[in-house]
Amino acid sequence: MTNPTDFTLAEARDAVRAKKISSVELTNAFVGAVEAARPLNAFVTETPERALEMAAVSDARIAKGEGGALEGLPLAIKDLFCTKGVRTTAGSNILSNFVPQYESTVTQNLWDAGAVMLGKTNMDEFAMGSSNESSHFGPVFNPHRSRGSNANLVPGGSSGGSAAAVSANVCLAATGTDTGGSIRQPAAVTGIVGLKPTYGRCSRYGIVAFASSLDQAGPMTKTVRDAAMLLRAMASVDPKDSTSVDVVVPDYEASLESGVKGLRVGIPKEYRIDGMSPEIEALWTKGIEWLRAQGAEIVDVSLPHTKYALPTYYIVAPAEASSNLARYDGVRFGHRAKDIGDITGLYEKSRAEGFGKEVQRRILVGTYVLSSGYYDAYYIRAQKLRTLVAQDFGEAYKKCDVLLTPATPGPAFAVGAKSDDPVAMYLNDVFTVTVNLAGLPAISVPSGLTADGLPLGLQIIGKAFDEATVLRAGRALEVAANFNAKPAQWWRAA
Amino acid sequence: MSERSVRTIKGGTGDWDVVIGMEVHAQVISRSKLFSGASTEFGAEPNSQVSFIDAGMPGMLPVINKFCVEQAVRTGLGLKAKINLRSIFDRKNYFFPDLPAGYQISQYKDPIVGEGEVFIDLASGESIPVGIERLHLEQDAGKSLHDQHPESSYIDLNRAGTALMEIVSKPHMRSSEEAAAFLRKLRAIVRYLGTCDGNMDEGSMRADVNVSVCRAGQYDKFRADGDFKHLGTRCEIKNVNSMRFVQMAVEYEARRQIEIIEGGGSIKQETRRYDSKLNETRSMRSKEDAHDYRYFPDPDLLPLVLEQGWVDEIKQSLPELPDDKKARFVAMGLSPYDASVLVAEREIADYFEAMLADGAEAKAGANWLSNEYFGRLNKAGLSLAHGPVSAKANSAIVQMISANTISGKLAKDLMDIVWSEGGDPRAIVETRGMKQVTDTSAIEKVVDAVIAANPDKVEEVKAKPKLAAWFVGQVMKQSGGKANPQAVNAILKVRLNLPDEG
Repeated sequence: MTNPTDFTLAEARDAVRAKKISSVELTNAFVGAVEAARPLNAFVTETPERALEMAAVSDARIAKGEGGALEGLPLAIKDLFCTKGVRTTAGSNILSNFVPQYESTVTQNLWDAGAVMLGKTNMDEFAMGSSNESSHFGPVFNPHRSRGSNANLVPGGSSGGSAAAVSANVCLAATGTDTGGSIRQPAAVTGIVGLKPTYGRCSRYGIVAFASSLDQAGPMTKTVRDAAMLLRAMASVDPKDSTSVDVVVPDYEASLESGVKGLRVGIPKEYRIDGMSPEIEALWTKGIEWLRAQGAEIVDVSLPHTKYALPTYYIVAPAEASSNLARYDGVRFGHRAKDIGDITGLYEKSRAEGFGKEVQRRILVGTYVLSSGYYDAYYIRAQKLRTLVAQDFGEAYKKCDVLLTPATPGPAFAVGAKSDDPVAMYLNDVFTVTVNLAGLPAISVPSGLTADGLPLGLQIIGKAFDEATVLRAGRALEVAANFNAKPAQWWRAA
Repeated sequence: MSERSVRTIKGGTGDWDVVIGMEVHAQVISRSKLFSGASTEFGAEPNSQVSFIDAGMPGMLPVINKFCVEQAVRTGLGLKAKINLRSIFDRKNYFFPDLPAGYQISQYKDPIVGEGEVFIDLASGESIPVGIERLHLEQDAGKSLHDQHPESSYIDLNRAGTALMEIVSKPHMRSSEEAAAFLRKLRAIVRYLGTCDGNMDEGSMRADVNVSVCRAGQYDKFRADGDFKHLGTRCEIKNVNSMRFVQMAVEYEARRQIEIIEGGGSIKQETRRYDSKLNETRSMRSKEDAHDYRYFPDPDLLPLVLEQGWVDEIKQSLPELPDDKKARFVAMGLSPYDASVLVAEREIADYFEAMLADGAEAKAGANWLSNEYFGRLNKAGLSLAHGPVSAKANSAIVQMISANTISGKLAKDLMDIVWSEGGDPRAIVETRGMKQVTDTSAIEKVVDAVIAANPDKVEEVKAKPKLAAWFVGQVMKQSGGKANPQAVNAILKVRLNLPDEG
């Protein structure tokens, strides 16, 4: 029998259903793996006791012939999802002692489906970052290393802990959130699948907000099938989130293997950016060929406002964040500074101590762009550009059904390599932010390796609420790419 | 538009126009808050009516309360205002301990209600229009309690998130009386509609009053072309919480501004506070210290889109409003002033209408209430709802007066009895023999007896006809107040040979 931690989510489901393994056995294996992988720093909070309790409950249900779609399956939860009675930090000092008294809708959906929680994963502070280095709880390390090197690489971000945990077989799958690429970019550089659903597909209730009009929860998994499975369980219309949308959640797995014959795949020319690495370019070309070979029709399309997407994003997201993060004031919960003097002192000191550098930078940027006299020049113009970026996709979809692009401009980089250059860091999201601005679904599928053996991903972007087609095309890529690079488990020796 | 008296203030250097606009915060009557399911009941234990949303907990999202929207639409319709079928909720960002999220959800550029109009009633009987600029929905903040601990302030979030309507007038008021009348009318309208209890003591209605002064005549130029340049710089007096204080604050503030300008100074745009103990306004903060609220559309909420059909349904269900009721009362023969007094409070109007329904004649009923019953209530410090005499009983008394069954004097005696002992006024009149004597032969007997007993007075009255009143008094006394005063007068006139007017 294979090591249970090597299971995909779908394999584990089938094994548990067939009673080849109990949930407690499976969970025990993962609890051990979580512990062994501590050098990766993928978790902020491990919840082994809770996991085993949940597993026992699942086993009892399975014994009675009951059980949901994810019954007894151990998952890792990004520490941005509020979990009742379990500390939720958002990777920040300001929430380092925060224990919510409520459950996010997405995690509640997972528990209702029978899933087991292994713990809360590390992340960039308030999901602001592309390397997981802005976490108050320290950086996460990518399970993959360059061939012949012992240098620690970043796992991407902001869902770096979730990506590392899935990549290292420390959980069956994990939740992430994606505001500008925070699911897809870490998935790409850790060799896993990451899906950002359509805005409104998953409820945002109980997810610590970064940028409300862009944030969306999604699955991070080993395979495209697993992503289909997990998304179906996460998604729901929610009366507690006015921006969630009442659209039927289909059985994504059912259409997964339908192939891409006749599917029109658009190749946006603007994604061929200056100074793009030849390896990425070659991979993209390969992807085009793989889909063409399976019967897809390749179409050249144009998304003319692409170059404005990143600056637009870095106005809209910080603007919303500056307001969303105002509630962390030391008054009611979270970190509260001592020796504060007056109320202004309480605010200033609590926030100065509670927020890290990147969060402070974005609050300042956001406050600036919303300020009187700058609002029209920045925020209003960004909103207009956002509309144009979204319109670009609408135009493109007159000619095609999905788009194929690289997921990231490059592979994982060394810890510390970009931490002093915020703009270089922001460029990691150049292929992913457009999708958030337009509210569309997109998946990153591991598709190849660099010469140094580091994972690279390709991205399929779909039409709003057409995750089924995105997953189907993603599956076609997965089959052709046959990506099977697993990291050497160096952390076990560490 | 009806004419109104000129209301300028005399300064040392000439006449001044006072110009007043108002922003009124009215707490919406609703069982739960604007964006959460927490209760809104007044007077609960601190922090016992706070949901995770109200407390600004991480990951919490606002969900609009449809009933509050309905209340705002109802109010907009009552203000004869335009209902905007698409409106936007914005975030108004500022740090304050009783503002948990660090922003207030409000409506900035696209409010739910646009321009409307309210007629205000003045003591002169004039009724003049005041324009409504807009009405928008917003959240209330919590309360900071500074008197619970020597070094710390406490926060009570029960009120945080409660729905408010901010009703903004145009600068169409010209005197402190008009300002108070506007607030009074607004209060009447929302109370008629059941959208706000108008309780200023509990803070469910509070006014920010904008006051400016300009040289006499400038205001008319402003009304002619709508250009604010004709008006003076305004100061905003925050949170005035009674009609009387509105009136006093405006008086004080207008004088203050005139004195400054006449002394060669200029008015700084600023926010001021009214101190009712000292009867003065004091500066709170100048325009330069004003917050930059960084308004932007709340990304957690979709634009609020209403269906015209739904608005029409609400319109169908509106009660008769004060102005319409007043017009109806005037048509029944009441003076505009009496009618406006009766419609000022819905409970008074309802009481009056119950009297009419019971058979009282309108004018007599109105006179009786305002000359007799309201005075007694006032003296006893009672509201109409807590008064001891029912509309039916008052109606019976009025009807007996109209039918000459009892005199006005007897009616007062009867009221004494009904007030303190209760009971059916008609039965009391029967059993206690209080019926007015209109039988002239009976009255003549008493008159003759009084004349016979007082020959000296008869002599005097010939020289001083005014002394006839003494005879009336005597006759009334001897008849136990039951003689019909008109009949007594008529008989005395003949017997004493008095001139026609005396």
